[in-house]
Amino acid sequence: MSRPRLIKESSAPLPLDRELLVRIHDLMVKTRVLEERLIQMYKQGHGYFWIGGPGEEAFNVPLGLLMKKGQGPEYDFLHAHYRQSGTLLALGEEPIGALRQMKNTASDPYSGGRNFAGHFSLRKYNVAPVSSPIEVQYSIAPGTAMVQKRVGGDGITIVTGGDAGTAEGDFATCLVWSSRPANPLPVLIIVTNNKWGISTSAEGQHGEPRVSERGKAFNIRSKTINGNDPVESYLELKEAMEYVRKERRPFLLEANVSRLYGHSSASGANYVTEEVDCLKDFEKRLEQDGVLTRQQMDDLRNRYTEDMAAAARIARDEPLPEPESIWKHIFAEDK
Amino acid sequence: MANMAQAIRMALHYAETHLGVTDIFGEDVGAPLGGVFTCTQGLKTTWNSPLDERGIIGAAMGIAMGGGRPVAEIQFCDYVYNTIDLLKLAGNTCWSSNGDWNLPMVVRTPVGSGIRGSIYHSHSFDATMTHIPGWKVVMPSNPLDAYGLLISACKEQNPVMYLEPKALLRVKGEERIPGEPDDDRTLSKLIDAPLGDRSQWKPQWPEALEAFAVPIGKGKLVREGHQVTVVSYGRTLPLCARAAATLADEGISVEVIDLRSLWPYDWDMMKASIQKTGRVLFVNEDTEVTNFGEHLVRRTVDELFYSLLAPPRLLAGKFVPGIGLADTLEMASVPQQNDITTALRALAGEQP
Repeated sequence: MSRPRLIKESSAPLPLDRELLVRIHDLMVKTRVLEERLIQMYKQGHGYFWIGGPGEEAFNVPLGLLMKKGQGPEYDFLHAHYRQSGTLLALGEEPIGALRQMKNTASDPYSGGRNFAGHFSLRKYNVAPVSSPIEVQYSIAPGTAMVQKRVGGDGITIVTGGDAGTAEGDFATCLVWSSRPANPLPVLIIVTNNKWGISTSAEGQHGEPRVSERGKAFNIRSKTINGNDPVESYLELKEAMEYVRKERRPFLLEANVSRLYGHSSASGANYVTEEVDCLKDFEKRLEQDGVLTRQQMDDLRNRYTEDMAAAARIARDEPLPEPESIWKHIFAEDK
Repeated sequence: MANMAQAIRMALHYAETHLGVTDIFGEDVGAPLGGVFTCTQGLKTTWNSPLDERGIIGAAMGIAMGGGRPVAEIQFCDYVYNTIDLLKLAGNTCWSSNGDWNLPMVVRTPVGSGIRGSIYHSHSFDATMTHIPGWKVVMPSNPLDAYGLLISACKEQNPVMYLEPKALLRVKGEERIPGEPDDDRTLSKLIDAPLGDRSQWKPQWPEALEAFAVPIGKGKLVREGHQVTVVSYGRTLPLCARAAATLADEGISVEVIDLRSLWPYDWDMMKASIQKTGRVLFVNEDTEVTNFGEHLVRRTVDELFYSLLAPPRLLAGKFVPGIGLADTLEMASVPQQNDITTALRALAGEQP
């Protein structure tokens, strides 16, 4: 379906501009440090629950960089799940927003202290509110794509979820509704496959060898990629997005990723050593190719760690929402 | 006079030509059928969806997020139950995003008994729906209100659940919808699809239709009275009105309120009436345990206890798993004319 990529040869030079490689790396480090800070905040009692996506930076950062960012159907819509801080940072969000959400402050820009960490909502960039029930976003995504197709232009709808949630009917809904012969839709259907649903391994639950193969039954172009490689992710996402933008048809992309800190604080949120660490692997290659030195990368990480600690201190001292604010925003007119 | 199905169709026509409705969709909503109850025949933005209720509600949410204005239909409310978590999500989207997003969407679904629909085509949805915050919930009992409430729903910035009492969809109104033709036959010729081949058929919409809107949250005083208040909506409302007429002949004066909007609801109207009469009966046909009428009873006791001359009463459907097909079973399961008259008579005669 698509040409083999030289990037899989570890000796081949990285096929992206140095500037882009450095930017991807910067955002991956920023994301990782943010997630580690969120976990620390949870463990220190500065939040009730942590859930996030360390291990998915190599995929999520390129996704955010490639999105056509803006508000309204001319721009891309993102129906995300709760492991995508990397995508949000790549869209230009500052990490303190996520820290404020963890601390449930009134200043939390995504929910005003009402929702869990990682549950972003950003209308200015078409990021639909993230929901805790997994996979409902797969039922909603065709709706925004319908509007986009009608409006014209090249805006697409991107929906992401995990492999466990593909057992839900909503995933089938997305495949069916995106590929209706009456109105095929510009939806990039993404599954980040970390091979786990909380404590249950995919091996015991999924008979299909690859989730992407489910696209075949619906005549949906599909592919499985290595989501732990940011260069492969960037190139494959770019190609898939260009297809959806131009053809106004769906594409199913499965990205194999790692789950470096377990499912959430419910499973301990401790580093899992046996998983591939996309950031470590990428840094090895950057160093090997002379893109960045170890020292530069260490300095970057230290700087972000300090920044994040300072931001966490700011968030910690901010007030919680006023009790009477529960009555605000039940309806659009309750401002 | 138009019947309720025609009224809904005319409101949708008005909404898609004047109020920005972009998508009227659901199972069998588009051509050739135009809805199993004919409510969507001949409309220009209709389309048929897959047989997938979760997809229908999800798509409506997405269309609303994308800047469209959808009116989705679930063929029978009995089938909306597998979308409950999506309904919850639609209801909390504005709140959970701290006002960042809002969903201007309407979901229509036929509810209640009266067509001998058996276990899966007779359920009510008012108790379940009023349990989901963030939605506005309406239920007309006549064609004029059906028209006016749908116009309001299509102007809303929030999700609106529009419950259609299926027993009343074919009942003609007593009041004319502003702009409908004077004569029923003329109306039918203009807007009812012919039987058989409809491929060449196009409706001729009455040009004089107006943006007549029934505000959401306002009840209707159907009949004034001073001895007892009855509050109802949907299928049981006309039964309550007839019971009041019957009891008037016996010298019992019943005030009848059509709630029309279940959320938000017209407490001011109910309160004024209950304070005047001291007696109130709430009537609906949803199952009686954890019934929306129970909430109204509770609020009446909380706020109006010292105005009451008798305990507030609720007449509702029996708490049984379904409505059986046999006529005797259906009649025994949900309030009928005689049940309402008897309950009102007893309440009017109850002394402190």
